[in-house]
Amino acid sequence: MTNFPGLPVMSINKGRFNKALGVVFAMVLLAGCASTDTQDTSEAEAAAAAARAAEQAERDRQARLAREAAEREAQQLEYVFYFDFDKATLRADVRAALDKHIRILRDNNQRVRLEGHTDERGTREYNMALGERRANSVASYLIANGIARNRIETVSYGEERPIAFGQNEDAWQRNRRVELKLN
Amino acid sequence: MKGLRICVYLFCLFAAALARADLTIEITRGRDDPTTIAVVPFGWTGSSALSEDVAAIVASDMERSGQFAPLGRGSMLSLPQESREVFFRDWRALGVEYLLIGRIQPNPTGLLIQYELFDVNGQRSLMQEREVAYRDTLRDAGHRIADRVYERLTGVRGAFSTKLLYVSSTPLGPGRFTYRLMLSDIDGARERVLREQSEPILTPVWAPDGETIAYVSFETTRPAIFMHNLRTGRREQLTDFPGLNGAPAWSPDGRRLAMVLSKDGAPNIYMLDVATRELTQLTRHFAIDTEPTWMPDGKSILFTSDRGGQPQIYRVDVDSAQVERVTFRGNYNARARALPDGSGMVMVHRDSGGGFHIALMEFRRNRLESLTQTTLDESPSIAPNGTMVIYATTHNGRGILSAVSVDGGVRYRLPSSYGDVRDPAWSPFAPLSRGGIP
Repeated sequence: MTNFPGLPVMSINKGRFNKALGVVFAMVLLAGCASTDTQDTSEAEAAAAAARAAEQAERDRQARLAREAAEREAQQLEYVFYFDFDKATLRADVRAALDKHIRILRDNNQRVRLEGHTDERGTREYNMALGERRANSVASYLIANGIARNRIETVSYGEERPIAFGQNEDAWQRNRRVELKLN
Repeated sequence: MKGLRICVYLFCLFAAALARADLTIEITRGRDDPTTIAVVPFGWTGSSALSEDVAAIVASDMERSGQFAPLGRGSMLSLPQESREVFFRDWRALGVEYLLIGRIQPNPTGLLIQYELFDVNGQRSLMQEREVAYRDTLRDAGHRIADRVYERLTGVRGAFSTKLLYVSSTPLGPGRFTYRLMLSDIDGARERVLREQSEPILTPVWAPDGETIAYVSFETTRPAIFMHNLRTGRREQLTDFPGLNGAPAWSPDGRRLAMVLSKDGAPNIYMLDVATRELTQLTRHFAIDTEPTWMPDGKSILFTSDRGGQPQIYRVDVDSAQVERVTFRGNYNARARALPDGSGMVMVHRDSGGGFHIALMEFRRNRLESLTQTTLDESPSIAPNGTMVIYATTHNGRGILSAVSVDGGVRYRLPSSYGDVRDPAWSPFAPLSRGGIP
């Protein structure tokens, strides 16, 4: 129940990967055009070299991202953390799940967006504040474990973006959550 | 001529049946004795049929107040359009206490509506007035007539010509929705989309001028407060602070906007001077302070705070910033809205069974009374004449809007064609009175 295979987090990462591939492809194209059009061969070579370097850097970045993604996969990272009703305290299982992220985040400089949510019960603006409190308590845990504050963005959606429908404890539990998104 | 009149009458009946299909009025606790009023179909002397049944609009308004029971048209023995056609004896026999008749005539600039209200038992005319309208403003004319009749019979200004703001959402996928900011007549008719986006919109509120609104939008991927003039269409982002930017509430003089910001850590109540953009912090507490709402005298603000461990209503003095707790009963009291006369407030109250209801609290008597019995009621907003509260609830798993009278005697549901609806805001008197929406 705690695992959501179809979460937007995964699709966003995939989309980013495709976009990055597109950029590499465009750079290769540009480099090709540049070398045929230019009269000055040394300039062309320099441009080609720069393009090759950029290409290599991009390949390295992709490889690193792929490595990290694989690492995350291997560790079965979770991106959604659940909370008790009207509470923002981190459960033990949430701390354990966050520890895995922290180990990876310490080795890179990725930015983290934490989105706090509540269930539908209670008033909307109070829930907005409660969602922020949840996102902040995850942020505090990351900061206490060495992740720089300026890499973390928090935002609360309150009860405005439920992922589960139905007026029952199961749906409410799935909606009381913080989603971690990587930039 | 007679044939035409019958046609018009049949058309009126048909239109009335359509209008009635949308609106569910349920008398919840049965006012002992709603006053019976007969609203006779208005005569029409022009050629092509009118698109609106003005008398049906008036009758529906009167019925929604809960204080009046309109006589069904099928029971009417005659359909008078002028005072000389009125036979009080007939109406008295039907138990009718008040009678409204009228007729609509084309005139050089539009339509002239003349109407007359009678006291059946006293056998006298109470009011004889006229309204000028156009074919496309007949609904407005109907609501204005209802306002006048209601005020003549109850002594309280009618609020049928007011408008309603609310938010709707339709799901697109897990956690993804289309959000719409909606505007409609207070009876739910003529709804239109003011804004449509894939990021949340919440807490729309009216400025006292009846044409400026404020609301929270996530269109920048973060919450921000926007101000929007419905007449000019001018729209402006007012805040862009880190953290919460929410719960806007206009001061009674329209100069300041109270709001909640968490830019310095915990959510606190602030006031923004709309003209100078000067920001004043009003509460300073590490707990959640949110949902500010002004008392009608503009001297203090009610707000929700969980500084005592659970959400309760507090009051802060605008000048001294002195805070006092207002509610003590129950473990969840939130989102207050003061009555226009300042004698009390409505709020969301959780009862011992865990249900969230709309409750009324009178300050002097310190009495708390639940007005609703459904379990997920929220976002109460009070009519400017203090008689009704509109709120959001769920029905068959779908978010809907309902209204309940402040005395708890009548409740009705509003129709809406747009997904889940919530966050209603009842406009002040005479909204958009200067020329309407362009």
